[in-house]
Amino acid sequence: MASAEQSKPRLLPGKLSKAGVLSFLSAQGILIFFLLSMFVFSFFSEQFLSQSNIMTVVRQASIIGIIAVGVSVVIIGGNLDLSVGSMLSFSTVLVVDLHDKIGPTNAILLMFALTLMIGAVNGFLIGFLRLNSLIVTLAMLSAIQGFVLIYSGGQNVDIADQEGTWFAFFGRGYVGGIAVPILMFGLLAIVMQVVMSYTGYGRRIFAVGGNPMAAVYSGIRKNWCVFSTYLISAFCVACAALVLGSRVMGSQNNVGQGYELLVLAGIILGGTSLLGGAGSIWKTVIGVLILGFIQNGLLLMGYPYYIQWIVTWVIIILAVWLDLANKRKSLFTTHS
Amino acid sequence: MTSIKGFFRGRTSIQPIWVFVIALFIFFSFMSEYFLSFGNITNILVQTSTIGLIALGMTFVMINGNIDLSVGAILGLAASLAVGLQEVSMTLAILAALGSGILLGALNGFVVWKTGVNAFIVTLGAMLGVRGLIFLYTGEQSFFAMNFAFADFGTSTIGPVPVLAIIFLVCALIMHLVLTRTGHGRNTFAVGGNPEASIDAGIRLGRHMMINFIIVGFFAALAGVLLASQMGAATPNLGRDYELWVITAVVLGGTKLTGGYGSIVGTLGGVLAIGILRNGMNLMQVPAFYVLVILGAILISVLIIDKKLNAPSTKEVRI
Repeated sequence: MASAEQSKPRLLPGKLSKAGVLSFLSAQGILIFFLLSMFVFSFFSEQFLSQSNIMTVVRQASIIGIIAVGVSVVIIGGNLDLSVGSMLSFSTVLVVDLHDKIGPTNAILLMFALTLMIGAVNGFLIGFLRLNSLIVTLAMLSAIQGFVLIYSGGQNVDIADQEGTWFAFFGRGYVGGIAVPILMFGLLAIVMQVVMSYTGYGRRIFAVGGNPMAAVYSGIRKNWCVFSTYLISAFCVACAALVLGSRVMGSQNNVGQGYELLVLAGIILGGTSLLGGAGSIWKTVIGVLILGFIQNGLLLMGYPYYIQWIVTWVIIILAVWLDLANKRKSLFTTHS
Repeated sequence: MTSIKGFFRGRTSIQPIWVFVIALFIFFSFMSEYFLSFGNITNILVQTSTIGLIALGMTFVMINGNIDLSVGAILGLAASLAVGLQEVSMTLAILAALGSGILLGALNGFVVWKTGVNAFIVTLGAMLGVRGLIFLYTGEQSFFAMNFAFADFGTSTIGPVPVLAIIFLVCALIMHLVLTRTGHGRNTFAVGGNPEASIDAGIRLGRHMMINFIIVGFFAALAGVLLASQMGAATPNLGRDYELWVITAVVLGGTKLTGGYGSIVGTLGGVLAIGILRNGMNLMQVPAFYVLVILGAILISVLIIDKKLNAPSTKEVRI
């Protein structure tokens, strides 16, 4: 299990010795893979590396990316969150439906409050009652899906006055030429990366995920740490719902279905171990972007979009396998 | 009676889930006049047979300490193959469907065995990838069964009992015997309970896990073929979210996610609990949405109760 010290981002090699460069290469495998795949795709399609295309891809990936930032923190803390897809449906339907009823400001505040409450329920069950996070969030997935359907009566919701509302800013607006979703994604990722790498709180999350017993013995309040990671995850989902609801100006009640898997795929691709205690936000960002660019590249090459699922399947397993093989210094397991 | 007791003895005792099943059964008998009829009870068995068949295999994989998230996708692929290849030959189509399940199960198991990558990640990838294969194969189209023998099979009965119910119960009996009476079953518990010790004891861990992945792949494919036969059609999205229902059923049945503990009898109870709940609420005209919420609440309650009853206080650090 990697310690917090090891999982700090090393954007530049420490020493320029041969060993230093090699360890840099193995640590930054995901970044190298990212650049390589960009390079390959740019051969097959001329539009691929155009500025507008890159911006489009990043904007599309930003919803999954925003959620992935939160789920990364949960996973580094040694747990899982499978309920984010349902939560995204819930929050999006809620904010869109309430927009016309109580006005955008109140709708956004209420949506954040209720989403954080769901996060608190997850956090309480997993942090304080110490239930298995996989099963709890699986149960929450179906329960929240039920709530969404009850709330919306199975109907899709949308905003009546789509042009006149400032709510459109979150999904369609631009600040200084950069789309707001990208800004939110970038800002959240940078803040969380700094929190995880340079604050005592981040170190505690790494400690709890890496070795819960040792963390408790060293005086870390593990329950609260786990609880807080689910609040962070819920906060990120609420931000994503803001972007999604504002972009489509409406919502189907199953809009977030399957998002948890794409989020997990991005995180795993970024090299964060599901065992907890290791990983980094910026690698998650690159993992999510790789997924986005693969989808985009394959589309530009003329393949149907579901081919990306098959490619993702292979890449996820290869990425995790090579990482594991590197750690145990052999390609295959030794048992028969 | 003693012989029946003896049958359940050994690894399995009467699980709390069966108390819950009986309570549900009594509750719905009072709440709906239609519930307690032979037709409805066989109906419940038919409705649960799809999830139930996969849950049998999943119990093995989970006792083994692994998990398989790709079962819903495997079910979808098998259903599409069984209906899509019908023009070539019905027998071939069914063999291809079942073969695809076995093959994908073997692939999952092989990757877990050789690379040592966590089964959660391997099968999560497969869940996305196999769904991609389905869309690639079907071209996003739904297929409809033309073969009458195939389309009738899913709704046929032997005497008064539906064939699907019989298949499910026979498979459950076989898997119960395999788990409690054979070396393979014993090894499954051993591997899940303590992988290192079981390697030292001479169990071929990798192969053993792979066999269990093949079993769950086969059952997922079988469920897909039967579901396609029951509906007379296959859609590319068939089997979505099934892995959630299956895992819910298995966990309700008392099988531990950490491995080393579980039983087919418990899984049968978990599957029936979900089936009775859905069917009974349906008869009471509760909207389907509420069932999702209630199921989630029940699953979490079961976890809390389980934690309170079986908490190994010495193992965990209290603050």
